[in-house]
Amino acid sequence: MKILVPVKQIGIIDEDCEIRDDGKNVDVDFLDYEINEWDNYSWEVALNLKETFGEDVEIVPLTVGPDDAEDVLLSCLAKGGERGIRVWDDALEDSDSMAIAQVIAKVAERENADYVLTGTLSSDHSFAATGMCVAGLLNWAHAAVVSKVDITPDAQQIIVNRELEAGIEEEITVERPAVLSIQLGINEPRYASLRGIKQAKAKTVEVMSHTDLGLTDDEVGETGSLSRVRKMYAPKRSQAELIEGTVAEQAKRIAEIVKELTGEV
Amino acid sequence: MDIIMVIAEHRQGELTAATFEVIAAAVDLKQEKRLSVSVAVLASNPAKFSAKLNISGVDEIIEVQIQENQFQTDTYEDNINSLLDEYAPSVVLAPHSIDAWSCMPVIAARRQCGFATDVFALKYDDDDLIATRAAYGEKMHVDLEFPGKEIVLITLRGNTFKPIEQKASVPVSSFSASKVNARTTHKRFIEPEVTSDVDITQAELMLSVGRGVEDEDNIEQFEELADTMGFTLGCSRPIADNGWLPKSRQVGQSGKVVGACNTYLAFGISGSVQHMAGMKHVPNIIAVNTDSEASIFTIAKYGVVADMFEIADELSNHFE
Repeated sequence: MKILVPVKQIGIIDEDCEIRDDGKNVDVDFLDYEINEWDNYSWEVALNLKETFGEDVEIVPLTVGPDDAEDVLLSCLAKGGERGIRVWDDALEDSDSMAIAQVIAKVAERENADYVLTGTLSSDHSFAATGMCVAGLLNWAHAAVVSKVDITPDAQQIIVNRELEAGIEEEITVERPAVLSIQLGINEPRYASLRGIKQAKAKTVEVMSHTDLGLTDDEVGETGSLSRVRKMYAPKRSQAELIEGTVAEQAKRIAEIVKELTGEV
Repeated sequence: MDIIMVIAEHRQGELTAATFEVIAAAVDLKQEKRLSVSVAVLASNPAKFSAKLNISGVDEIIEVQIQENQFQTDTYEDNINSLLDEYAPSVVLAPHSIDAWSCMPVIAARRQCGFATDVFALKYDDDDLIATRAAYGEKMHVDLEFPGKEIVLITLRGNTFKPIEQKASVPVSSFSASKVNARTTHKRFIEPEVTSDVDITQAELMLSVGRGVEDEDNIEQFEELADTMGFTLGCSRPIADNGWLPKSRQVGQSGKVVGACNTYLAFGISGSVQHMAGMKHVPNIIAVNTDSEASIFTIAKYGVVADMFEIADELSNHFE
């Protein structure tokens, strides 16, 4: 059984950030990078399966991103797995969820994966769509926002819980192969050990482009996307009335406001 | 006339509140372009729901009778796909809900139609549909366009559009369901555990803690503070996920909406969209956070940029 886990390096913006000259995204100089929080959980699902079933399971992290995105693969490989895949080409710049999903779907086919486990969403653009776009392109069974999963190497059907609104969950069966998007809280992601971090550097990261996967330039990037950014801008945001002063003064003011509101003046 | 199609959503026998918000957005948008609004409802007994969709501004209700009593993703995808083939709407609107997260990207992948999620504003610029959504934790807004796309599929953020109260008599038509190969099967719904714990949806005064609390051992200080102040203790998702407080205390999209709350003290909560969905309506929000850029300050009435532990220490001196 092979499990492909797409992980994403996400950008976090600084306090004072500037928009790129074309007005369509934040200037990369103002972005810090880290692994998308959700992807720690989907990788942990894979790691647990590997630990439970050993040689019957292969787990492979995949990222679509430039050179420095390799860090997220290494952070996964530091916890387990033997090899990772990174796909990049400048033509992939400005891809939306669908264009990224084109790449992931091709890798899933090439790897003969049985399951693709994505995060439910990524905290930078938060489309909450990439995983299920992959399912659509592959025409595989799928479940979004999975909060519990029970996979075994020989099962042709698995049971998962979907986390719905307002604390309700739904238990469903899902046929294999499947794409599942994994929700926070499904497990407790581990931290990499120092030894693991050292070992990860010796592991293989296969690098390829979209054309190696048989995709044309038109199928990725802005042309392969289902929307196009007209402009990005910092919204005019309403701001709270700031309570300033020393901690003691701030606390006193909060107490006054609370007492006023609760009629306890 | 071009059609805006709304996909109605229901769960456990009730149309969701988000459905009525999406209808309101559709009716808003139709004024701009003289479009018509068709609401499609997929259910084993769609007539039960269509009676409640007689809303002013809706031009047509389309009943699609399917086998399942509840959401089944393949069934929704195949039937919505057939509806799009038949009606060729220029815009399709659905709630940005968990069920939509499952089926809408699949439909978009199949058709390669225009697609955007979690949209909170829609308008036309001449003939171009413009959808506005947020990025980078709400710090940026993005206007999206859909050049060359004949159909654009949009999911809309909840609590954004005000439902229309006015009723009307809307013509109903039916559409025959597609034959579907369902690859998932509903087993059961699992309701949140009923605990003897308080019901935070009834609380008027809430004190909630978020990630800033850092450690399970630190919860106690805020439990005591809430007690002293006569507030009900709540939390954001990471605190419940870690098991530091019961799930029943979680405020937000996957937790509870604190509907009765009048005053909300947020300690160490940065303000994710999901958390804010459960409390942004509260008239008096006081937020304490070390990050002056935290999103919570955009919806709070009062903001305190400070260490939450120090503030809590001092604050307890003012209440007995």
